[in-house]
Amino acid sequence: MERIPILKMGDCLLVTIQVDMHDRLATTLQDDLTERIVAARARGVLIDISALEIVDSFIGRMLANIAAMSQVLDAKTVVVGMQPAVAITLVELGLALPGVSTALNVEKGMALIGRALGRSDRADGGPQT
Amino acid sequence: MPKSESRLAEIVARHERELVPEWLRYQLETVTRRRDLLNDDELRDQSRQFVEKLRASLEATDGNLDVMSPAWVGVRELLDELSRARARQGFSATETATFVLSLKQPLFERLRSDLARDPEALTSELWRTTVLLDKLGLYTMEIYQTSREEVIARQQQEMLELSTPVVQLWEGVLALPLIGTLDSARTQVVMETLLQTIVQTGAGIAIIDITGVPTVDTLVAQHLLKTVAAARLMGAECIISGIRPQIAQTIVHLGVELGGVVTKATLADAFAIALARTGRTVVKLAPAAS
Repeated sequence: MERIPILKMGDCLLVTIQVDMHDRLATTLQDDLTERIVAARARGVLIDISALEIVDSFIGRMLANIAAMSQVLDAKTVVVGMQPAVAITLVELGLALPGVSTALNVEKGMALIGRALGRSDRADGGPQT
Repeated sequence: MPKSESRLAEIVARHERELVPEWLRYQLETVTRRRDLLNDDELRDQSRQFVEKLRASLEATDGNLDVMSPAWVGVRELLDELSRARARQGFSATETATFVLSLKQPLFERLRSDLARDPEALTSELWRTTVLLDKLGLYTMEIYQTSREEVIARQQQEMLELSTPVVQLWEGVLALPLIGTLDSARTQVVMETLLQTIVQTGAGIAIIDITGVPTVDTLVAQHLLKTVAAARLMGAECIISGIRPQIAQTIVHLGVELGGVVTKATLADAFAIALARTGRTVVKLAPAAS
């Protein structure tokens, strides 16, 4: 069955969604990710959705859920690289994901996680171009 | 009235030659004549064509005065073109309508001289002519109005494109100066432009300046909040600046919840915050030796 790979980088997990999400895939990701967070004792989760171009209310809610679950497991979760169209759709659907941290790209997302985990951090939050 | 139905066509056909110069004279005399926009030759040409087409249609229809029927397509096309051209050139509504309506006088005179012996026929023909020319006049007006509306719609579209510039104030800091009333269509464009620019420049902070927005009601506030929420989802922070005292009062009176959005009175303040957030500061240089 199709699965979304979850990569481990230090104590962070990196999830890159490269395909269009369908409902089964989202629920599988939810299961896999929570298990991996516990197994790897991850402190940070970075979800890259820059390749995701279509969302519906279900996928939007799944994103919010996954982020919330990771928070419960004490892993700082950042969603990065959301496309403008996706952002507009989610806002129009009323899913502004209030509890989810966001960043423009993976680099900034990692910096954000690093800061949240209280590490010294070279990027100091400034935008890099 | 099968007999009288053909009279109008017949009269127009018989007097076509004299009708055009007479009509032209009336048109040239009227106060609504715009010599600055249309010269006499063009007007003569248009008048001649119109009478020609009118005669052709009258003959073809044999008294059917439904100007929307296929038999009148020639007249309609001519009026179409004429009306659009005049709307573009800046003729007023009256001036455009006068073209058709001024044909009444010469036509009535011809009817009167031809049908002087038959008052009944004269009355019915006069009535038919009035109805016909009124219909054509109304048709002209409709086309005139449509083409004016097209102009307005095009200008609106152009304004929409012009009025949403996203400027880069500093590396990683964007500004979006909004001018004019925000409606749903504009907000959509604003939102899309802003988010697209955020992706392109990778800016982490966007300042939305509403100094030029005349009024903020609940709808406008909601549009602003949507834009802010969408930008946040992409990982950029928004600051709303340029809130005038009255607007601040309105926002509070309306009970609009701007929760979590940083707001500043001036763009300068917002820019200072943005610089601070990106780890920069503006300092005054030591006074230059002079």
